[in-house]
Amino acid sequence: MIRKRTGSTLGVGERRSVTIGIGMLAWIVALLWIFPVAWTVFTSFKTEQDAATQTLSQGLSLGRYSDVAHAIPGTLSLETAFMNSLVVVLVSTLIVLLLALPAAYALAIRPIHRWRDVLFFFISTKFLPIVASIFPIYVYAEKWNLIGTRTVLIVLYIAINLPLAIWMLRSFFMEVPRELIEAAEIDGTNLFNQLRQVILPLAGPGIAATALLCVIFAWNEYFYALQLNFASGSTMPQWVITNVSTRGNFLAKLSAASVIACLPVVLAGWAAQKRMIRGLSMGAIK
Amino acid sequence: MTAAAADAALPRGRAKDPFSSPWRRRLPLLPALLYVIAITQLPFVVSIYYSFTNLKDKTQSLIPEPTKFVGIDNYKQIFSDPFFRDAMWTSVKMTVLAVVLSLLFGTLFAVLLDRKFIGQGVIRTLLITPFLLMPVVAALIWKQQMFSSLFGVLNKALNFVGLNSVQFISDHPLASIVTVLVWQWTPFMMLIMLAGLQSQPGDVLEAASVDGANALGIFRQLTLPHLRRYLELGALLGSIYIVQAFDAIDVMTGGGPGSTNVPYYVYEESIGGGFRYGSASAYAIVVVVFSIVIATFALRVLSSLFRDEERA
Repeated sequence: MIRKRTGSTLGVGERRSVTIGIGMLAWIVALLWIFPVAWTVFTSFKTEQDAATQTLSQGLSLGRYSDVAHAIPGTLSLETAFMNSLVVVLVSTLIVLLLALPAAYALAIRPIHRWRDVLFFFISTKFLPIVASIFPIYVYAEKWNLIGTRTVLIVLYIAINLPLAIWMLRSFFMEVPRELIEAAEIDGTNLFNQLRQVILPLAGPGIAATALLCVIFAWNEYFYALQLNFASGSTMPQWVITNVSTRGNFLAKLSAASVIACLPVVLAGWAAQKRMIRGLSMGAIK
Repeated sequence: MTAAAADAALPRGRAKDPFSSPWRRRLPLLPALLYVIAITQLPFVVSIYYSFTNLKDKTQSLIPEPTKFVGIDNYKQIFSDPFFRDAMWTSVKMTVLAVVLSLLFGTLFAVLLDRKFIGQGVIRTLLITPFLLMPVVAALIWKQQMFSSLFGVLNKALNFVGLNSVQFISDHPLASIVTVLVWQWTPFMMLIMLAGLQSQPGDVLEAASVDGANALGIFRQLTLPHLRRYLELGALLGSIYIVQAFDAIDVMTGGGPGSTNVPYYVYEESIGGGFRYGSASAYAIVVVVFSIVIATFALRVLSSLFRDEERA
């Protein structure tokens, strides 16, 4: 068993002054990197005139947030976009888990013959350019009256997240001690109960991290939402775009809309950062 | 654990063993497999069929013409289309630049963060934020706030130090888009590299240190070889997503010379305004063939990662 090194007080072969210097450098780099985000949050509290000229003469307020929350009639409103996003993201993620959990089981815990080929097949579908399959999807969605519905987005978001979910879940399942599963098998526990009683409690945090990554990719997805669901049935990225106006100043409102649209996923991502990346990297390297 | 070893671990001779037949074992896999085939592979097969026809969107053309087979005409057209060649070249430049730069920055940041200092957790949290943003929002932030020609923050800073303003997006479209991609993907690479750094066996590093190796020597001799597979993984996952970049292009330039990559070009030719599904499908198929070539390389890399896992 390899002992994990979780960041020592002093790096190997370094002096204390070096460490302090590195700490300061890290702070400077991080503040520079985050600057565009911080600036956008700052702009979202300005008036439109101040935002357009990048000045600050009229003070800060929450006014732009209430502006964007009250949509112009006939355009995509925040409530509609938010509800569409919420339903599409939650339903698609739930179905991804329902499909991916048994699949990961068959790839990790009771590996089928040639499991590696199957895993590669799943991953390889991510290499297929989306544009290569968008016309048939578009043509058939039109034929079956699915353009502009939540259903078509749910169906597609399951497909884009499923390979990633299987890949991550497999790696978390590999960490479940085999003895526990074998013991459950000798007791005659069926697959469903094995999953429920033995695997889920142990791989639970990993499953949560997998679900979160699916949520992030689905929440942020723009291409399918633009192509197949452009109008009033669309999701949050489309709503942000509606705040770009060709007439008049819009920068402060756009900033407020951006903050609203990104906040749920950013908070979730902050909460689960460590586990998420472990799942991604352990999928190949364990 | 290999499949063969798993077979050996099966309790034998039990009449009610639920995994006695191979098909019972494959059963949990089937729903996911069938779903992925139906949604990602079947449309692709239909695309191949379209690529041999002159299919157009009936509602979009003034004089509707019946769809008919045109053989390989669409494919012949590709190689005489200078715009497609430009788009291919843009795709290559965009993907390679964005992947290499974000890997480079990500590794540097990970090395910085791989130590305990005041606010380490806060810094990591701040740094991953750009990756969590909607790509659309990231592109809008840079376009409207940073790159904007008159009041953009970058031009204000340039003017402040006495330099002339730069028309970032119109004069340097590719560099502008790559900047946004690198800004978003560096945190992702950083997290992967951080996982790599922290999985190094600490005792080996300490032993090297006791033996009198300096920090740079340790990094070159021990850390870099250990990080190789993490670099490969980062490059692989990054290219999967970056090669398909669409959102940043759509928001920042809406195509145009120097910034139209292949996905955006195919989009423009079809549902983005051209509505020539037949010829656009042929473009898409060519892209897939190129992707398969690249993916074969990438999967070989992955394959070596999995082999190592088995040996361990």
